[in-house]
Amino acid sequence: MSGRKTMENNSTFKLREKFHQAKWDEPIIFELHTPGEKGVLVPEVEQEIQEAVGDGISAIPENMRRKSNPALPEVSQMRVLKHFLRLSQHTLGADFNIDIGQGTCTMKYSPKINETFVRSPKAAAIHPCQDQDTVQGALEIIYKLDSFLQEISGMDKFTFQPGGGAAAILVMVSIIQKYQELRGEGQERDEIITTIFSHPSDAAVAAVKGYKVITLYPDDLGLPDIEALKKAVSEKTAGLLITNPEDTGIFNSKIQEFTKIVHDAGGLCGYDQANANGLLGITRAKEADFDMCFFNLHKSFSSPHGCGGPATGALGVCESLIDYMPIPLVDFDGNKYSLNHNLSHSIGKVRGFYGVFPAVLRAYAWVMSMGAEGLKEVAEVAVLNNNYVMKKIQELKGAAISYPKTQGRIEQVRYTWEKLTEDTGVSTEDITNRMVDFGFHLWSSHHPWVVPQPFTIEPTESYSKAELDEYLAGLEKTVREAYEDPDKVKNAPYQSVSHKIDHHPLDDPEKWAVTWRAYLKKQKKGE
Amino acid sequence: MKKQEKKVYPYIPNSVPEIKEQMLKEIGVQRIEDLYADIPENLRYKNKLNLPPPLSSEYALKRHMDAIFTKNKTCEEYISFLGGGCYNHQVPAICDEINQRSEFLTAYAGEPYEDHGRFQSLFEYESLMGELLDMDVVNVPTYDWSQAASTAIRMAERITGRKEILVSNIISPDRLMVIKNYCHPVVNVRMVKHCPETGKLDLDDFKSKLSKNTAGIYFENPSYLGFIEVQGQTIADMAHENGALSIVGVDPTSLGILTPPSQYGADIVCGDIQGLGIHMFFGGGLGGFIATHDDEKFVMEYPSRLFGITTTTVEGEYGFGDVAYERTSFAEREEGKEFVGTHSALCGVTAGVYLALMGPEGMQELGTSILQKSQYALKQISAIKGVKAPMFDSSHFKEFVVDFNKTGHKIKDINKALLEKGIFGGMDLSSEFPEFGYCALYCVTEVHTKKDIDHLRDSLTEILGEGGQE
Repeated sequence: MSGRKTMENNSTFKLREKFHQAKWDEPIIFELHTPGEKGVLVPEVEQEIQEAVGDGISAIPENMRRKSNPALPEVSQMRVLKHFLRLSQHTLGADFNIDIGQGTCTMKYSPKINETFVRSPKAAAIHPCQDQDTVQGALEIIYKLDSFLQEISGMDKFTFQPGGGAAAILVMVSIIQKYQELRGEGQERDEIITTIFSHPSDAAVAAVKGYKVITLYPDDLGLPDIEALKKAVSEKTAGLLITNPEDTGIFNSKIQEFTKIVHDAGGLCGYDQANANGLLGITRAKEADFDMCFFNLHKSFSSPHGCGGPATGALGVCESLIDYMPIPLVDFDGNKYSLNHNLSHSIGKVRGFYGVFPAVLRAYAWVMSMGAEGLKEVAEVAVLNNNYVMKKIQELKGAAISYPKTQGRIEQVRYTWEKLTEDTGVSTEDITNRMVDFGFHLWSSHHPWVVPQPFTIEPTESYSKAELDEYLAGLEKTVREAYEDPDKVKNAPYQSVSHKIDHHPLDDPEKWAVTWRAYLKKQKKGE
Repeated sequence: MKKQEKKVYPYIPNSVPEIKEQMLKEIGVQRIEDLYADIPENLRYKNKLNLPPPLSSEYALKRHMDAIFTKNKTCEEYISFLGGGCYNHQVPAICDEINQRSEFLTAYAGEPYEDHGRFQSLFEYESLMGELLDMDVVNVPTYDWSQAASTAIRMAERITGRKEILVSNIISPDRLMVIKNYCHPVVNVRMVKHCPETGKLDLDDFKSKLSKNTAGIYFENPSYLGFIEVQGQTIADMAHENGALSIVGVDPTSLGILTPPSQYGADIVCGDIQGLGIHMFFGGGLGGFIATHDDEKFVMEYPSRLFGITTTTVEGEYGFGDVAYERTSFAEREEGKEFVGTHSALCGVTAGVYLALMGPEGMQELGTSILQKSQYALKQISAIKGVKAPMFDSSHFKEFVVDFNKTGHKIKDINKALLEKGIFGGMDLSSEFPEFGYCALYCVTEVHTKKDIDHLRDSLTEILGEGGQE
């Protein structure tokens, strides 16, 4: 499928078969070291100060004075700039990509106007401990985004302190723990229930907090097995952590039964809304009787992912759990915004200060620009795009949706290449590597691979039909190659920055190198 | 196809009605509504969300945001002496130039092929931090210092198999809250006293609390209250003799001139990189680091991503990837080490740029500048009648406690008056350390000028009333 295709509505696309990622053959920053060069100057110390206090270091006890300078490279400013600009060109951000191949992560567009707000000194140059009268604007933004998310979820109060989805899960588990402890059942209730298609962090965080983790697997319809849940709950159940739709993209229509079963057993229910993008304005945590939920502002609410944070897991709770939230919360008395540290059962804190303000700011601006109808449009088009892509992928040889007995999918789909792998020996990882050659990213899926040879596509609302078609053309070509010339796919990528990497040294303590200094030491040892 | 007058959204290409129709047709359904068939009727939200009317144009949105922003006063408009975990430092323009690049800003979870640059720049960040810390392993940043300290403690618990951590009681109360929540109920957190005169760790109290249950000791240097702990090696030796680890929190901006904790026996070092080229963002610019020696026993206990360098099929080509990925929760869910997810990677990229710009001399000059300016500030402030600075009889870096008890003025009142003079006074410690009485934590960095500090001195002198300078 080469050349420019014209569709019936005149939208066009072209599979970029001649794509090649930038390749600067860039050295490591230490290899740019030129003794004496400087990248930036430190503000000078006035003569009068130097005369008044001397060299500064003499006041430091001898054993605390660094004996030799850190062996950082010395590089002039433009070379540093060039180096990192080149590394940026070696990175395929969502802005360059039709970034639908990273399912569960909602790689949507982050509007550029919102970046201008983040760059304002009014956001960047404010300190969290300033007199509250001097940060009323910042507090207002936090308070109002809180109120928007209350409306979207039906919860009664939000905190933006968690620095990502996993940190929001940590708050949910901490609240569950504290709640059960205050009921006098902290010791007995030592189990958290989750599902295999909820994020790995739901299970991992529960374990950090000392819980035994019970993981529900799907029934043949792809829904978490409700019979297994009934068997799992007991006087040991502290709570449930669950996504919906799960990473399969299937909406769990029995979700209200799930929360009821757990509530009846004495547990609390926390809703991991990482997969909320298809549900904004459609259905809410409250109506499904959840006690808590969280949204990732870096997913559904358009804050960019920043190579993996800083981010925000915005955590909301129902009225009866507000007292358990991390401190402080932002309150408003009709006249003034203020920080409220007085929560009687607060779990404490999970991060310094009030969270990642830039993410809060972007999400606020984004909701303000979209409005209620806009958010619903986001959800509906995300679902439309997903179902369109699903239709097309099911037409690909060797590809299938997981749990085909259930046809409905919300905003993403977990697919399988099982048949293709059986037919050709080409694995899902091989395909992800080949897609790179057309300027795409494709991710396999979280482990464990309950669905064999998986991949997960989440088209979001951000990509045009022509772009979706282009991505599909990339998949189609790769599939064709897998059947005709499997080695071509297995040896990919060819058009990327680097060729197939050797993973073995990364798992060998004798060879792994997490820093340049470790690499040099081990190189030397190996010679 | 002319029925609709529906709004088309610039961020939603397929909001164009004709395209929607065409896609629905290809899917084989009538309406988008049909795609939600699996959501039970009673769970459908029937109302329209009660949100403000949209500000659809960029212009309208900007007007709105600007109006809110006028309610913020910044540390550029005022002279700020606030620190306490979030710092006002020079942010080189190149740092923002790089972290605002679309490539980095909007990247996420690409493979080492299409995201080679993300892997390399974070490997370089780890490497540059490794030099500053004099350690061979540094993680891809976690959320912040508090999380880094919490994880360092949990690593110590797993490495030693012991369930109690000793923590110096001179620590940010906020950070302590994070640690306590993260440790509960698996690790018991026990506080160690400080010497009231110097602030340093009370070694007798430490000794009395060390036991076969002790996984490690956690202290900070410079401390939360700015003084420098000189007993690092003794503390580490005492811990080691007892089979426990020494965990040290450190401000990386001090390491151009102060001895890195690895050189006084620290096994795990942690801290925050916000001061390395990242704006304050109302406390949102934090990023946590954890560092250790290259010991398999330690490396395998990190929950974080560790990006390592490797070879490719092409001779001489650098490749990158995850070191020991199987230890992570991505690979092993609850069987992995703690958890990993979206943390603070872009802060790492930025701090890497910062350290590359600064070089060894820049970091030395930064440290020296902070020392000289903070010592000058101490000299000026302590000359004011009734004011004691620093409160602790120790040498300090960047921050120090100013004791106003003898003036009879509450910090709250002093700071209100300073605000009138265009100054954000030091952080009020009266709720964090009520036993100190009227004390404030002042922070002086390389951005302060003599004029700024003199203005502070003159303003305090005036506010504190008769007597003035001694």
